[in-house]
Amino acid sequence: MATKTVKVDYIARVEGESSLKIDIRDGIVDGVRLSIFEPPRFFEALLRGRGFGEVLDIVARICGICPIAYQMSGVHAIENALGIEVDAPIRALRRLLYCGEWIESHALHIVMLHAPDFLGYPDAMAMARDHKDAVERGLALKKAGNDLLTLLGGRAIHPVNVRVGGFYRVPSRAEFAPVEESLKRARDLAIETLRWAATFPFPECTRDYEFVALRHADEYPMNGGRIVSSAGLDIAAADYETEFLERQVPYSTALHSVLKRRGAYLVGAMARYALNRDRLPAEVRALADEAGLDPVCRNPFRSILVRAVEVVYACGEALRLIEGYERPARPFVPAEPRAGVGYACTEAPRGVLFHRYRLNAEGAIDDASLVTPTAQNQDVIEEDLRQVATASLDLDEDAMKANCEQSIRNHDPCISCAAHFLTLQVNRT
Amino acid sequence: MAAVTARKPKLAVWKFASCDGCQLSLLDCEDELLAVAGKLDIAYFPEASRRMMPGPYDLSLVEGSITTPADATRILRVRRLSRRLVTIGACATAGGIQALRNFADVREFAAAVYPHPEYLKTLATSTAISAHVPVDFELRGCPIDKGQLLEVIKAFLIGRKPMIAEHSVCIDCKRRGNVCVMVAHGTPCLGPVTHAGCGAICPSYDRGCYGCFGPVGGANTAAIAREFASLGMARRDIARVFQTFNAAAEAFRKEAESHGD
Repeated sequence: MATKTVKVDYIARVEGESSLKIDIRDGIVDGVRLSIFEPPRFFEALLRGRGFGEVLDIVARICGICPIAYQMSGVHAIENALGIEVDAPIRALRRLLYCGEWIESHALHIVMLHAPDFLGYPDAMAMARDHKDAVERGLALKKAGNDLLTLLGGRAIHPVNVRVGGFYRVPSRAEFAPVEESLKRARDLAIETLRWAATFPFPECTRDYEFVALRHADEYPMNGGRIVSSAGLDIAAADYETEFLERQVPYSTALHSVLKRRGAYLVGAMARYALNRDRLPAEVRALADEAGLDPVCRNPFRSILVRAVEVVYACGEALRLIEGYERPARPFVPAEPRAGVGYACTEAPRGVLFHRYRLNAEGAIDDASLVTPTAQNQDVIEEDLRQVATASLDLDEDAMKANCEQSIRNHDPCISCAAHFLTLQVNRT
Repeated sequence: MAAVTARKPKLAVWKFASCDGCQLSLLDCEDELLAVAGKLDIAYFPEASRRMMPGPYDLSLVEGSITTPADATRILRVRRLSRRLVTIGACATAGGIQALRNFADVREFAAAVYPHPEYLKTLATSTAISAHVPVDFELRGCPIDKGQLLEVIKAFLIGRKPMIAEHSVCIDCKRRGNVCVMVAHGTPCLGPVTHAGCGAICPSYDRGCYGCFGPVGGANTAAIAREFASLGMARRDIARVFQTFNAAAEAFRKEAESHGD
């Protein structure tokens, strides 16, 4: 009886620490186990007793790649608990801030983490020897996102400017001038990056995902909307915990989230695009069509194209928001402590990020629950791996490992977030 | 005349308990990254590359704190493999935000987050790398400043001491021309007791410094705590100000303890 184990001890080009083990018995993939060994940091526990005003600086530290996502879900959940409605210009400024993070995070993933898989390089630095223009374009794009974050947040990693009720300081119209110039260039670079990625060889793979994303009345979703799915789910953020459940498996320090009624589901760029394509401007939809994307993309290897479409969109949306910017009359609305529970979901670059906080009458956190995009995608990632490993059974072990790693990177998992990732091991029996 | 090609120094980037933000700072050097990759052999940097070359390494950058039995062993191996070892960021230099467990019961923390805390192997404390192995240089910040990171890499390549200012945030704040948020607006600010490096970002955004670069040498934390009390801050709130990303750094830990319940 032929048994074999394929193992990747440390999955590269993802944020955080994980390993993969695949058991093959009699030429059939028997078990797939994505283990996250990222050390737990216990954020939900250490938030207890902190004042509501301290939360946003703390939750940013869950992830150095997407701190704005944590600040956005956090700020909206706390404002929900306190009954605060922010002024319209503050809402627009938060959307602009999120555009910066989408551009920065997606550009990092597309060019530095994911593209090397398609072109057969170990990393972007090696890829740059043959594809210098593409890598430099990606870096310039990433920089444009970071420049926007730095203007609005003080710095790109763990920005300091978001507060409950608004911002500490709001920029003047004139301060946007250099960023506006770099974003105009970035939009062109993003279109070139999309056209470049459209030339990649894409493995055949069709998956029947249940997509879950936010849906807003008229916007491509970032900071608001209802939680909807391709199977008909349509709920408010406050009802998240009635429909979704977090489970723990013994081999991972990340929790796995499932739909109570149907199990695995997918969040992130593919889900947002599948459920919200009609919210993209016509010219962005035309670029997606030109790149060969179907209105609903079910091949996870093509997710790189969806991210590239979203970068084009985020650059244009940022420019639109800057053009319409008027300095808010006040940087924030005052926040008074009161007891209550607040919920929010926002669209992190990697997908739906749920936060719930219970505040006491003094405004301190009694308990907190945070569900990350990667925790939600773990079951889907394992299901993808089962399919990809099965399709790779006739390949040598290195090629199989490479395919499996690429399959994981399709979903841009963020392990630091979720453990709150990857060694590949394949067992053939 | 044929030049002698020197072997490129080998760089390794290691992760322990952390958010990945400090090693991301290297990838955030968009204008310099390809030049750095030209001067150095990036031999081990899993966040950026599948290529993982065996040691020894000329320079290791270590992100994150020690929070698990396995990591307490792994850091010993990283030290043995590294000619120079530089810790980057508040987790690696002071234990990070996760060091708040040092002042609580980690079993209770685990039970608050995980349905099956028994599946986890975790230590009761989160500790700095220097508590486990000798460290050649510590770069502060939550996150580190990428300009300072490039300076440290450059200095170690050349073989000189990194030029990293050791004064407080106040000096940089004055240089930036800010109006003092504490004197002028009564906003509590940790600038006087916090190590420079960020460029005084928070006061430039109309808020007080929250100490993410940790205590400056000789920090008079008692004096700043008295000032906070005179601004009307409650005792418990003063303790929490010191209990963030550098809670286990000696000066901040002691000051927080003196305002404990």
